[in-house]
Amino acid sequence: MMRHLISAADLTRDDAVLILDTAEEMARVADRPIKKLPTLRGRTICNLFFEDSTRTRISFEAAEKRLSADVINFAAKGSSVSKGESLKDTAQTLEAMGVDAVVIRHGASGAPYRLATSGWIDAPVVNAGDGTHQHPTQALLDAFTMRRRLVGRDTGLGQDLAGRRITLVGDVLHSRVARSNVDLLHTLGAEVTLVAPPTLVPVGVETWPCEVSYDLDAVLPKSDAVMMLRVQRERMNAAFFPTEREYSRRYGLDGERMAKMPEHAIVMHPGPMVRGMEITAEVADSDRCTVVEQVANGVSVRMAVLYLLLGGSEPAVTTTTPAARTEENK
Amino acid sequence: MSKILIRGAKVLGGEPQDVLIDGETIAEVGTGLSAEGATVVEAGGQILLPGLVDLHTHLREPGREDSETVLTGTRAAASGGYTSVFAMANTHPVADTAGVVEQVWRLGKESGYCDVQPIGAVTVGLEGEKLAELGAMHDSAAGVTVFSDDGKCVDDAVIMRRALEYVKAFGGVVAQHAQEPRLTEGAQMNEGIVSAELGLGGWPAVAEESIIARDVLLAEHVGSRVHICHLSTAGSVEIVRWAKSRGIDVTAEVTPHHLLLTDELVRSYNPVYKVNPPLRTEKDVLALREALADGTIDIVATDHAPHPHEDKDCEWAAAAMGMVGLETALSVVQQTMVETGLLDWAGVADRMSFAPARIGRATGHGRPVSAGEPANLTLVDPAYRGVVDPADFASRSRNTPYEGRELPGRVTHTFLRGRATVVDGKLA
Amino acid sequence: MDTQLDPRQYGDDARPVLEGPDIARVLTRIAHEIVERAKGADDVVLLGIPTRGVFLARRLAEKLASITGTKIPVGSLDITMYRDDLRMRPARAIGRTEIPADGIDGRLVVLVDDVLFSGRTIRAALDALGDIGRPRAVQLAVLVDRGHRELPIRADYVGKNLPTSLRETVKVLLAEEDGRDTVLLGSKPAS
Repeated sequence: MMRHLISAADLTRDDAVLILDTAEEMARVADRPIKKLPTLRGRTICNLFFEDSTRTRISFEAAEKRLSADVINFAAKGSSVSKGESLKDTAQTLEAMGVDAVVIRHGASGAPYRLATSGWIDAPVVNAGDGTHQHPTQALLDAFTMRRRLVGRDTGLGQDLAGRRITLVGDVLHSRVARSNVDLLHTLGAEVTLVAPPTLVPVGVETWPCEVSYDLDAVLPKSDAVMMLRVQRERMNAAFFPTEREYSRRYGLDGERMAKMPEHAIVMHPGPMVRGMEITAEVADSDRCTVVEQVANGVSVRMAVLYLLLGGSEPAVTTTTPAARTEENK
Repeated sequence: MSKILIRGAKVLGGEPQDVLIDGETIAEVGTGLSAEGATVVEAGGQILLPGLVDLHTHLREPGREDSETVLTGTRAAASGGYTSVFAMANTHPVADTAGVVEQVWRLGKESGYCDVQPIGAVTVGLEGEKLAELGAMHDSAAGVTVFSDDGKCVDDAVIMRRALEYVKAFGGVVAQHAQEPRLTEGAQMNEGIVSAELGLGGWPAVAEESIIARDVLLAEHVGSRVHICHLSTAGSVEIVRWAKSRGIDVTAEVTPHHLLLTDELVRSYNPVYKVNPPLRTEKDVLALREALADGTIDIVATDHAPHPHEDKDCEWAAAAMGMVGLETALSVVQQTMVETGLLDWAGVADRMSFAPARIGRATGHGRPVSAGEPANLTLVDPAYRGVVDPADFASRSRNTPYEGRELPGRVTHTFLRGRATVVDGKLA
Repeated sequence: MDTQLDPRQYGDDARPVLEGPDIARVLTRIAHEIVERAKGADDVVLLGIPTRGVFLARRLAEKLASITGTKIPVGSLDITMYRDDLRMRPARAIGRTEIPADGIDGRLVVLVDDVLFSGRTIRAALDALGDIGRPRAVQLAVLVDRGHRELPIRADYVGKNLPTSLRETVKVLLAEEDGRDTVLLGSKPAS
């Protein structure tokens, strides 16, 4: 039984489809006069955020509150963590206070995995983004958005994304969104292409279940969805690319480029967008851009994840706990 | 002084012989030696090696006595079969003056478990800017001959050149920690397939190889000898092999963990596998074993790096780098080199005693097992099989990557100048 | 008798207590009762409780339409998220809630389920309804009432009262889901 959600790679196709289907039902709650379900009444969930991320934190908080959980928000800034308290001590303190689950955002890759597997605490752990590793609920909400737009809200139920061509553009190297999406989209049967300057693609990408291209214009006409990843301006200073202007020219999405996409294709962005860098205002504000939908879908998907992990005596999701990946083969 | 007769030991893996120790020296080696007046150690076909010499140990004292002291570190060394260890300079304060190296040297004398030969820092405060008083450290009671900024790379080419030249005056050697600093900013693990997946900052092989390439060329240019610490990549092996073929005076070491472990282990995000240089790939491991077998890599050195529990019981990025190694080194070498047929026990004696003593100019260590030599000896039971339990360690720290793993072989006896420091696998 | 029965699911001695024609007959009767009590069924909304309650609600809606000549709104109301025993069982997939476009405010909602037993499902359904709107009145139609109520809840329309012991199981099979219409009474398989 899966007690935690650490990596999109831990989900089977059936698990992922179950989460997406459940999220569709959760989405209906948002249309009702009373946007609340009693499901997690009496359960306490802690949002343990070691990194600033207002939008992810608010999304989880909305999901938790709609399921009637009690919510504790713990931001590391200004807390005992900034005075040197360790992740282990912080987590154990929270558990001693009766927290039933921990949603964690951490700057260090692997911190949620450590929390879930080191025996520090018993509570289920949901990864809300760790370093440059994984952000599984983001990948799920992206897949949810794609399924709705490309397959259909009702016709999509029970379906995966088999054969859909998804293109991710931008700073893959530093992106947990890219890693999670490649894993999940592959599991759901989609064909993924990464587009980035070679400096922003990790060494070792050759084993990922996707294609890599350096030529955005060649890939766009063959894409059902194009996801633009945020590119931080500071990367320029580390010589990942020469100038903002050159980056935009080669890898930014503007109206002219968008016109090369098929009629039905959508433009996605995990936010926050850097307008003028990876995406122009014209594209960001167009009907094909799903940024606002993605935010709304995020709440539904997180409700589904929390319900399936915490709603019963045991989780409904069937994969194993993050595999004890310590075996070596010698 | 008392006599000890080691009866029926396979000296360097040869035919069983008796070895008689009288006082601090080996009196006789032969068969059917008289036990009269001697304490008898029945070796029963165990392997007798010269006392092991570790050219790369972190004893942490002064400054981090919470992780190790000279006393606990030398007890760990004796347990692992060592009779001499070279103590790295990255203490607090840094061993960059005659005063600090003499302090460490004196603590070693007092411990009585193992000789301690301090290594001096190449640059003041390991900062890579200004040469430390290398001559003064050599002239001190500690008689330093090996200099290293280990933990940091002497990355400035001019400083490295000057250090290589300067130590020629007294037969010293610079041991380089090869790590190009700009290429390893924020690096957390070997750069490759696993780092890409785990989202941990990559540590490219080229960051090590480029420094080694530069330094062997510098050593050739100025006619000095250079020693490469903890070589970890297949590419580094190629460069050292090429340098040796050109006659460049370069020696190199490999750690036990780089002979056995790979970066696949990092998938657990367990910081016990976090080490500098990082665990590499299967291909590197195989190249390192082969290079140690053919002599391209001269020695095994532990890079024994103790850390307190809290520095490893945390998330990967926050954890300290390094692993303890003194008490498991010989077992790992037996598993990776002897049991694979790559090296016989005479080869082990060379890579873990003769050669490191020669590189570090450790007098009285790394000598043949023959009459008249100092009785620095290690008796090993190669048939033993045991699961590593850090609770059994003599080291103050427990950060071993082998916990729960079965390793072959066990040091049953260690003799330091005729005195048993380990008897029947237990510290004397 | 019927080789398709799986004894592990229904007990070795499962026997039909209602067959296809019986089920059709009682649904027709319930439809007439609804029309009679609602005085025409003009404001009736049928909400089936997944899974089989939804099929029964749709069948009832057809019968009501043929009696009254008007289309009766029919929907589904999943009560999984409102159950009081969620934490006693593994988390389960949730069913569909589909409220007819005009909503339920001011309407007569008839909840439809296959078996009325402890009453906890209906309690959960009433809670769920409260979060969706404010009906004029709520009534309950069930195919089988097997007794053993644990809450003060009763059905307004009952297809068949079936006195049972707690050791017995009642299973409703419907063509839409199970390939045939029948109600089975069996004994609980030994656990």
